[in-house]
Amino acid sequence: MSSDAMAIHQGTDVGSRPWVETLHGWVTTVDHKRLGILYILYALLFLAVAGSEAMIIRIQLMYPHNSFVSPQVFNRIFTMHGTTMVFFVGIPVLFGLANYLVPLMIGARDMAFPRLNAFSFWLTALGGFLLYFSFLGGSGLYGAGNAPDVGWWAYAPLTSRAFSPGHSSDYWTISLLVAGFGSIGTAINIIATILCMRCPGMKLSRMPLLVWLNLVVSGMVLIAITPLSAAQIMLCVDRYLGGHFFDTQAGGSAALWMHFFWIFGHPEVYILILPAFAVLSEVIPVFSRKPMFGYPVMVGATIAIGFISMSVWAHHMFSIGMSSYGNAFFVLTTMAIAVPTGIKIFNWLGTMWGGRIIFKTPMLFCIGFLFNFLIAGLTGIMLGSAAFNWQLTGSYFVVAHFHYTLSGSFLFGIFAAFYYWHPKITGRMLGERLGKLHFWLFFIGFHVCFDLMHIPGLLGMARRIYTYEPGRGWDTLNLLISIGAFIQGIATLIFVANLIISYFKGAKAGNDPWDAWTLEWSVSSPPPAYNFASIPTVASRRPLWDLKHPEDPDSRYE
Amino acid sequence: MTNMHKMEWRVVAARVSGILVILTGVLLAAGMCTASPHDNPVPNIFDPRSTPAESIRDHSYFVLAITGLIFLVVISLLVYAVVKFRDKPLTAGREPAQVYGSTQIELAWTIIPVLIVFVLFLATARVIHAIEDARKPATAVEVTAIGHQFWWEYRYPALGVVTANELHVPVSDPAHATPTFLTLLSADTDHSFWVPQLAGKTDLIPNRVNHTWIDPHQTGVYVGQCAQYCGTQHGKMLLRVSVDSPEEFAAWVQAQKQPANHDDKASAGRRVFETTACINCHAVGGTNGTGRFGPDLTHLMSRDTIAAGAALNTHENLRLWMQNPDAIKPGSLMPAMKLSDADLDALVRYLETLR
Repeated sequence: MSSDAMAIHQGTDVGSRPWVETLHGWVTTVDHKRLGILYILYALLFLAVAGSEAMIIRIQLMYPHNSFVSPQVFNRIFTMHGTTMVFFVGIPVLFGLANYLVPLMIGARDMAFPRLNAFSFWLTALGGFLLYFSFLGGSGLYGAGNAPDVGWWAYAPLTSRAFSPGHSSDYWTISLLVAGFGSIGTAINIIATILCMRCPGMKLSRMPLLVWLNLVVSGMVLIAITPLSAAQIMLCVDRYLGGHFFDTQAGGSAALWMHFFWIFGHPEVYILILPAFAVLSEVIPVFSRKPMFGYPVMVGATIAIGFISMSVWAHHMFSIGMSSYGNAFFVLTTMAIAVPTGIKIFNWLGTMWGGRIIFKTPMLFCIGFLFNFLIAGLTGIMLGSAAFNWQLTGSYFVVAHFHYTLSGSFLFGIFAAFYYWHPKITGRMLGERLGKLHFWLFFIGFHVCFDLMHIPGLLGMARRIYTYEPGRGWDTLNLLISIGAFIQGIATLIFVANLIISYFKGAKAGNDPWDAWTLEWSVSSPPPAYNFASIPTVASRRPLWDLKHPEDPDSRYE
Repeated sequence: MTNMHKMEWRVVAARVSGILVILTGVLLAAGMCTASPHDNPVPNIFDPRSTPAESIRDHSYFVLAITGLIFLVVISLLVYAVVKFRDKPLTAGREPAQVYGSTQIELAWTIIPVLIVFVLFLATARVIHAIEDARKPATAVEVTAIGHQFWWEYRYPALGVVTANELHVPVSDPAHATPTFLTLLSADTDHSFWVPQLAGKTDLIPNRVNHTWIDPHQTGVYVGQCAQYCGTQHGKMLLRVSVDSPEEFAAWVQAQKQPANHDDKASAGRRVFETTACINCHAVGGTNGTGRFGPDLTHLMSRDTIAAGAALNTHENLRLWMQNPDAIKPGSLMPAMKLSDADLDALVRYLETLR
């Protein structure tokens, strides 16, 4: 090699590669870790967007007869808020975590189908951007742009051409169809990876619970997304090919759409909450310094939830006039799902019991989760009791309930995951002081907002109304709810600031900052492209515990 | 581990009884805040005035008691664990005993919830049956309610009355029950009939016939609103149910059955009504206006509100509503009529004769 070439090499390090090349690397990547990060960044982007939409909703509802936005805009905003949060925040962030963590936790070098993985991510990404392009193209060529305004359930016949002219509903339909195919691809990929790519010794009964839960979630995605995709195709047939599946003006059935939507929609709720369960099942043991209490029962309860969640959908439809026997059946299945869910809460408590609980930010979010999820489950029992449901459904009570599960539980679990795995992903710790501030502000804001939100529901306030009459006892409550929402907004900004500051100035993490027990902590932070220089062999559920305690390894008891 | 469990139970039992008392107190207070009937009450589900809403309220107390109890037990365990087992300097660095599970404890926290679930299911099934399968007595008043974007049409087939937005029903004395049985239909999208003090929600779904019933025990006006998103003005699709004494109700029915009042002084306004697009959507008995798309106006002035409860039925509001409906209810399907001031005044004068 000539000395000239040497000189060039010395002056060029990896950090100063041209940005086009870096971008090209990210766009064409098939590495599971990079795709995981892309999924997570994408979800964060949409979290900011949908969070801003939530702020618009809360400003509008601060006062009765407020005119911050028109009813048309309000209806678009709540539709986009719901659709975005479920499909373009919830699903991408859970797939992002699964993508990043599953291969590392089972001792694999990548996912089973790396190219399918990239394809699925870009499909999901396209879906989100299509949905938001509706702001420009929703009304087609003949008018100002409009986003869909049919609610995130898009109940028929509001989506028929008579009630939804232009293309705003089409953007909703097509974007979810596209993103749905992406989800199906990733689900197949995760299942194949877990079943086929485990390292020697990693029996199913030794997999970390996070991997188990993602296996169940991916199975549920396959079963739940397909009816939604089918319904979307039927809706397109109705709108453009003269079909009458949901066209009530021509004898179609509005209730049919409800069944299709909720047979997707209810498993979807568990698809979102199980990954949060997965995070808790990793974080709580490490910060209690004890193994998971009752691992086999946790796996069994997860599978039970997966199955039962497929049989509860019509509890979203107690008010549509089903027969008393139909209603009673769905009360029974809905109540039944409380049993495996309760087992999970008790087993996490059992893990903490007798442990040595370390209150780092990830653990704070897990304890916050337990508190919020307990209440979410109990209001769920109230809603599951069909007679009580007739008063609660469609009101702000149910809005408060599902924000308890999605914001108070799912998001708390995801925040815990961020604080826990950020050191592994970036090599730097997330700031602990800002983290605690984030936790407490968010926790307080959450409870001001969503605890109070139950009450207007009990006082007769229907959801999805752009304004309300004064003098019904809702005024002060709504103002306080909005203040709580703004506090959560500020807390989220602190979180984002923490992410940015820590990325540049955070303390170096090292391989294993939490003294944890699963395989991802055995490699460097961030892990090398190939993950493991040599494929590990495991002999128990906590391979790193065995390594650190050769005198008393777990493998002795399994 | 099990010993700690037992000790904890005593603490929990003491707390449970104490906090249950507080919970009940809060609920009662919430009920009492709104215990007197007046024209714009808070539609509180814990302040029912009709049998279906009352059985739901009673059932909800049972569900709240059970869930409250579960909350107290689990939250006490959580708080205890967090306080008791927090990291202390004394134990720092030492790993606690590694416990992998306990079949007995796990069985216990599986079987107890199963029993609770079964009890809750049976209790719920009883209330569902009592409300949904209630038999219709011969004395029942029958009403067909039809949901429209964004107003309510009420038809009393046996009485020959058609009206809009303000439902009138007789008070139902338990001794001589005169409940109102509603058949629920929709002309366009999904709606939901919800007057919290009278009954839970039942949806109005196109191509589907639903039923609900109410038997209000106390006269007065009860408010509610559409509880299923139905389009742009879902927010102002309000509901008013006027519960009348038997005499008032009979008088109201009598008045509604009269043909429209024709006052010669308002003939100019009537001409405007009959020669513009009004008649495409609105009906007034005895005129050529027979539209069904909008509310029947034959006895418009017998109603307290216009635009499905969005505004009081006053001279100014009526005029504004015809001139610029978006000022009251943006996005409603009533078009701005673009009338000259003279025609507008004449039309309002005419409508004000429709008592």
